[in-house]
Amino acid sequence: MIPAAQAAAEAHGFLSPTGVEIAFLLVGLVTLGAALVTVTTRQLVHAALWLVVALGGLAVEYLLLTAEFIAWVQVLIYVGSVVVLLLFGLMLTKAPIGRSPDADSGNRPAAVAVAVAAAAALVWVVVDAFRTTWIDLDGAVQGSTKVSGEILFRHWVLPFEALSVLLLAALVGAIVLSRKKKEGER
Amino acid sequence: MNDVLDVALRLLVVFAVFLVLPLVVGQTEHKVMAHMQGRLGPMYAGGFHGWAQLVADGVKFAQKEDVVPKDADRRVFQLAPAVALLPYLLVLVAIPIGPSEGAVGQVVDAGIFFVLAVMGVGVLGSLMAGWASANKFSLLGGLRTAAQLLAYELPMLLAAASVAMAAGTVSLPGILNAFEWWWLPWQIVGALVFFVAGLAELQRPPFDMPVADSEIIFGAYTEYTGLRFALFLLAEYAGIVVLCGLTTVLFLGGWHGPFGADGLGWVWTLLKTALLAFVVIWLRVSYPRLREDQLQKLAWTTLVPLALAQIALTGIVKVAIQ
Repeated sequence: MIPAAQAAAEAHGFLSPTGVEIAFLLVGLVTLGAALVTVTTRQLVHAALWLVVALGGLAVEYLLLTAEFIAWVQVLIYVGSVVVLLLFGLMLTKAPIGRSPDADSGNRPAAVAVAVAAAAALVWVVVDAFRTTWIDLDGAVQGSTKVSGEILFRHWVLPFEALSVLLLAALVGAIVLSRKKKEGER
Repeated sequence: MNDVLDVALRLLVVFAVFLVLPLVVGQTEHKVMAHMQGRLGPMYAGGFHGWAQLVADGVKFAQKEDVVPKDADRRVFQLAPAVALLPYLLVLVAIPIGPSEGAVGQVVDAGIFFVLAVMGVGVLGSLMAGWASANKFSLLGGLRTAAQLLAYELPMLLAAASVAMAAGTVSLPGILNAFEWWWLPWQIVGALVFFVAGLAELQRPPFDMPVADSEIIFGAYTEYTGLRFALFLLAEYAGIVVLCGLTTVLFLGGWHGPFGADGLGWVWTLLKTALLAFVVIWLRVSYPRLREDQLQKLAWTTLVPLALAQIALTGIVKVAIQ
């Protein structure tokens, strides 16, 4: 841990929160609430729209953590593209207005178990990694575009390249699959 | 306290611009279309050239009954116009109009990403309207909107990325500070791609398939009346202002001009924006509507390769001059 962050951590307590910390907590609660509604509502399109709220809340959390670049990319990719794709699919399949009685499958217990396990693993990893690290809001910005870019392309180039190869493979795979179907039709 | 006052004042100015400029574009569109097509339309309200017709239209919209269809999803239906309009207000905050530090609502570090991300959110409003109206024409309009957005978001992003590469920064004032006049020929392909993709994202003619009146009435907005309908129209004009302002800032050098960039920079920005807005109106009057398959073909087989070529060119020149 950086010494500056350590000093910042010692100066902080949990009992005298600052404005930013309160905002972080409140937005976190809203995000969690929206996420819960997303998976429990029986109206398909409403679920997609609540997902927008949850993803937007997450972007605000990134902003509060000074990671401006990540926040806008989050909005651009997830709200601007993924949710639009989701809504496109829902509209294409004529998602009804009102409740969908068949929205629940019998896999609910299994899904809950997997979700809880995944959430527990993620929370555990994050808490273990960052435990008492505090962001020094008055010092140099730690999540600006420049800093993110430098860290990504100096220290994390290999995972970055591996990811892009993975995406390329997925792209090629999608093209191959869509072509095969056409030949079968003939 | 002074800081708070400063921020409040800036936001107030941005809000005023947001209220005025789209209406100016709307009025200009009426008049330019009228003269180009030789159909003069209302010329009496207010006397000179029927200037008060816009006011009369506003009063008319405000008086109309606000109808929500019986089978519609009430809340989503009523929320949609706000979702369509507000993102453009947010985008305006980040567009710099002059060289001084005070000439931008709020400096955003990752300006390009902020602007493109928030503009993409506005389309959710059309999708919500299309689904929630419980009308097959609206649903078709919503589908076409989504397909169009998915196709044109990519070339727009790539073209913007080219400018960011050229300037070595993603902040909008930073890009303007780095601008040189020879960027204009260097980035011209990117500029065209960006402008065309932006037009498509706004669903302006010739890319107005999602609201094609001869096929699907008015697409996603078919069921809307009164003020909510007016809000959608306002969103379209605000979108024109934002798109033209962005193209000006990214590709045409914003406040840079042949002379007087220090004191009169904002005049150059406004002039270039106005000129582009005129081109947008001109295109509406003079081009026939593209068919859905032509729309998709233009995006994937022309604009995306052009944008990629522009990025390659930018990279080569950037390395060569270093």
